[in-house]
Amino acid sequence: MIELIFALAVGILTASGVWLLLRPRTFQVIIGLSLLSYAVNLFIFGMGRLRIGSPPVLQNPEVVDPALYTDPLPQALVLTAIVISFAMTALFLVVLLASRGLTGTDHVDGREDAQ
Amino acid sequence: MSSGLPLLAIVALPFIGSLVAAFLRQDARNGAAFLAGAVALCGTALTALQYPAVSHGGVLHFGIEWLPTLGLDFTLRMDGFTWLFAMLVTGIGFLVALYARYYMSPADPVPRFFAFLLAFMGAMLGIVLSGNLIQLVFFWELTSLFSFLLIGYWHHNPGARDGARLALTVTATGGLCLLVGVLLIGHIVGSYDLDVVLASGNKIRGSSLYLPALILVLLGALTKSAQFPFHFWLPHAMAAPTPVSAYLHSATMVKAGVFLLTLLWPVLAGTEAWFYIVVSAGLCTLVLGAYAAIFQQDLKGLLAYSTISHLGLITILLGLSSPLATVAAVFHTINHATFKASLFMAAGIIDHETGTRDIRRLSGLFRFMPITATLAMVAAAAMAGVPLLNGFLSKEMFFAEAAAFHVDSMLDHSLPWFAMLFSAFSVAYSLRFIHGVFFGPPATDLPRKPHEPPHWMRFPVEFLVLACLLVGVLPALTIKPFLATAVRSVLGPDTPYYSLAVWHGFNEPLLMSVIALCGGVILYWLLQGYLAKGIDGPPIVRRLKGQRIFERVLVTLSWKWARSLERVFGTQRLQPQLRLLVAFAVIAALWPLYRHGLEPGSRPATGFDPAFLLLWIVGGLCAIGAAYQAKYHRLAAMVMMGGAGLVTCITFVWFSAPDLAITQLLVEIVTTVLILLGLRWLPKRIETAGEGLSASFQARVRRARDLMLAVAAGTGMALVVYAMLTRPLPQTISRYFVENAYAEGGGRNIVNVILVDFRGFDTFGEIVVLAVVAITVFSLLRRFRPAPESVEAPEQQRVQDAYDRAIPSRTEGDTLADYLTIPAVIMQWLFPVIGIVAIYLFLRGHDLPGGGFAAGVTMSVALVLQYMAGGTRWIEARLRILPMSWTGLGLLCAAFTGMGAWLFGHPFLTSYFQYLDLPVIGKIPAATALLFDLGVFAVVVGATVLILIALAHQSIRRPKPAPVPAAEKENA
Repeated sequence: MIELIFALAVGILTASGVWLLLRPRTFQVIIGLSLLSYAVNLFIFGMGRLRIGSPPVLQNPEVVDPALYTDPLPQALVLTAIVISFAMTALFLVVLLASRGLTGTDHVDGREDAQ
Repeated sequence: MSSGLPLLAIVALPFIGSLVAAFLRQDARNGAAFLAGAVALCGTALTALQYPAVSHGGVLHFGIEWLPTLGLDFTLRMDGFTWLFAMLVTGIGFLVALYARYYMSPADPVPRFFAFLLAFMGAMLGIVLSGNLIQLVFFWELTSLFSFLLIGYWHHNPGARDGARLALTVTATGGLCLLVGVLLIGHIVGSYDLDVVLASGNKIRGSSLYLPALILVLLGALTKSAQFPFHFWLPHAMAAPTPVSAYLHSATMVKAGVFLLTLLWPVLAGTEAWFYIVVSAGLCTLVLGAYAAIFQQDLKGLLAYSTISHLGLITILLGLSSPLATVAAVFHTINHATFKASLFMAAGIIDHETGTRDIRRLSGLFRFMPITATLAMVAAAAMAGVPLLNGFLSKEMFFAEAAAFHVDSMLDHSLPWFAMLFSAFSVAYSLRFIHGVFFGPPATDLPRKPHEPPHWMRFPVEFLVLACLLVGVLPALTIKPFLATAVRSVLGPDTPYYSLAVWHGFNEPLLMSVIALCGGVILYWLLQGYLAKGIDGPPIVRRLKGQRIFERVLVTLSWKWARSLERVFGTQRLQPQLRLLVAFAVIAALWPLYRHGLEPGSRPATGFDPAFLLLWIVGGLCAIGAAYQAKYHRLAAMVMMGGAGLVTCITFVWFSAPDLAITQLLVEIVTTVLILLGLRWLPKRIETAGEGLSASFQARVRRARDLMLAVAAGTGMALVVYAMLTRPLPQTISRYFVENAYAEGGGRNIVNVILVDFRGFDTFGEIVVLAVVAITVFSLLRRFRPAPESVEAPEQQRVQDAYDRAIPSRTEGDTLADYLTIPAVIMQWLFPVIGIVAIYLFLRGHDLPGGGFAAGVTMSVALVLQYMAGGTRWIEARLRILPMSWTGLGLLCAAFTGMGAWLFGHPFLTSYFQYLDLPVIGKIPAATALLFDLGVFAVVVGATVLILIALAHQSIRRPKPAPVPAAEKENA
């Protein structure tokens, strides 16, 4: 059941993120990208399967049994992804502000829809 | 092979020289010219020294393995024929360098000119000395590229730009065809090595791929040699500085085409297809070029069309497929190079000393520059084929071959007549060159008063004209042995008997020459009236401009059609692009599902936890709420996004990922601060009641479509995740990391060991990205201009400031400080606490959850809190934070730690570890990875703080509003 909840969580985050990604306002797109990156981080993290109470911190370094620990590799990937997604949000936010200043609109195309 | 090393030197020297010249000072005219001259002279000497090795049919080789698995080596090869060509390229290259020293104005960036010239020379030598065909095509395209740069050297002149572009488009396209042709030949023969290819003539001619290969190779050669119908680029290339024209259009660029035809003559020639294609292209070029040359008003234009026509002559000779004709072709190649180079230089001198090249304005120059005039006259006479000059000898051979019988066809029968016509035309335009420029009344309206050029500028012309004369008078003593060597290496044992004597008795060719000479003189006399009208371009054909047609085709293809295609299939709007992207991703993921179906996984299901369900009910609602509110209620959307992030963070804790949870939580904090800082600069958007209902039908359709897409993407992701989670974990490299984290990395926190040790290089890339983003954000914000309506301070601030101003005992900002008194004190006192936490997280990172990333973000939170507590100005007056230096030092620290491994003979970023026992603190891990992590820490602190501070500073700046966009101004 836990797996199902986790999967639905990723699905809801993705759907919200994609919906916002397709909106015309830059702020919506930024929030959407953040939600999407949560979804993707959880997805990559899930690659190591869900385990409770077995963090990848060695208890007794002399005897190592991989079966005792959760998969550390997806965690390492996600750790850097979190920091990079912060950088991405920062960059987009500044581009958004600059574009808003230069074009006078916060539409993603830099001009209001013709319709 | 030691005997081949000079070959490498010959090809490499010009490129090295070019690099050196490129780095010379802008005004180093003498230095660059000296360098170019010395390189060319060295090349000439080196080439000359190889003569004994090739003179008796020997072939020099030099090879380096290049792509051995593909059977491709970098090979250089020199036989008699290529020796002769290399001599021409280097020798005339030297003369051109000498000439250019005087021709180029000190105002031009002369070192750049010589850098291009040398690189071009190197590329040309590369073609000539290539030992395999692929390599030859590579150098072939290099010559196109450098000729583009040379022709466009005066890039402020639109004519030069257009000419350069035209030349590049035509010759580089030809080069592409040649590449395909060469690949076909390689496919037929099974090797690209020139020696092997040259030995497989029958195999190639007998292959079913012969015709396509031939046509493609000819497309390459004929475009390069400016043969009809590709001739039109050459006259436009005359916008180049004259030394370039003298070099490219006499001995090099255009000769590359005929060089290739001669080189591959033994394997491609001798068939009917070869005869018809090559001879008809050559014949059209020969007659049309000569005809057009008569009516040019530009001296260089006249020479350009004459070059086209003479190249046609060489092409015809090669097309005839008879050994004697090939001898004549090689001979004429040399002769044309000498007299045409000297004529171009003479034209350049005239241009340089009078300020114009227009034949209509030039007149009577003989009395001002008698020596140059005499030299030009001799060279022009060689061009016209006057006896006792080199042009005469090869022209006689051409006549003899034209009159001889080859393939029974109209083309062959008409050849002698066209040959005479060509000759008469060339006499006429040579006469025009001499008579129009040097004789007649002295010109009155010249931009400069003409006089003789400096002696060394004239020297190359003198040298070349002397060569024309010597070869013309004493062919047996001068050119004969070299020609014999060259011809023998092309024709091999089939080399026919030929005689280079000046006098062969009264025979058919001589008769043709006499008729042509007289005809040319009469023609020129008859045309006097027409020429006096000063119309540019030849009658009738003038309207048929190759360039115009070419440009029109190009515009149609690359502009009109491309634009209409783009209109149909493309969009510049972001939303449709993203929509397509998402739709494509959904379909791409559905495809395997459709093909293979979805079966339940075999992993045993875990139990149900209501707390986790509740957690994600909240998380899901937050995500949906953020999606719903992001348009009108940004703050609410941001808070709910933070909620979803927090739930994500708890999920990480739940499933044994403490490191991720810490980092996620901290990043969530800084992201919130960041977006809060940005919100102020966004436009107000107020939801009007019932707006959602009144939306247009189109908008509603659009939203429904997006919603479907979003739901599809979400469902798809959920399915994939569920399918993945219910399957057992396959064996991955993680096992290795778990088993060796302590043994090799010296840390118990496996995630941290992976980051700073096993995959340290990835992390290094990561922090570089972070630093780049920070600097980009910083520089974008330096020139930040907010929209006009956001410039004013926010309403709340204005009210507070007005209140402060109204009461004399208060200063501006007091109210705000009052409100924040208690939080500010707490935040200030928290600084050391959070700092210690950061250090703690950092130090324990190798063994327990924490590490450089988490510690770095924690530290930046501490700093940002101080900004919030005291205000930007207050804090900066007390604490000097240099985020740039933090970032830079961090990067250096990480890089040097990595490089430190080199000192011990290990690869980059190999780490070393040891446990240190410190008093009080106790046993701490002291791996070099800790130093690396310190770098990570510093970069993260620097970058995060730099981004946040740069954004925070916008509020205390008084930024100029952005100019109102033009469209809005019109509406107003």
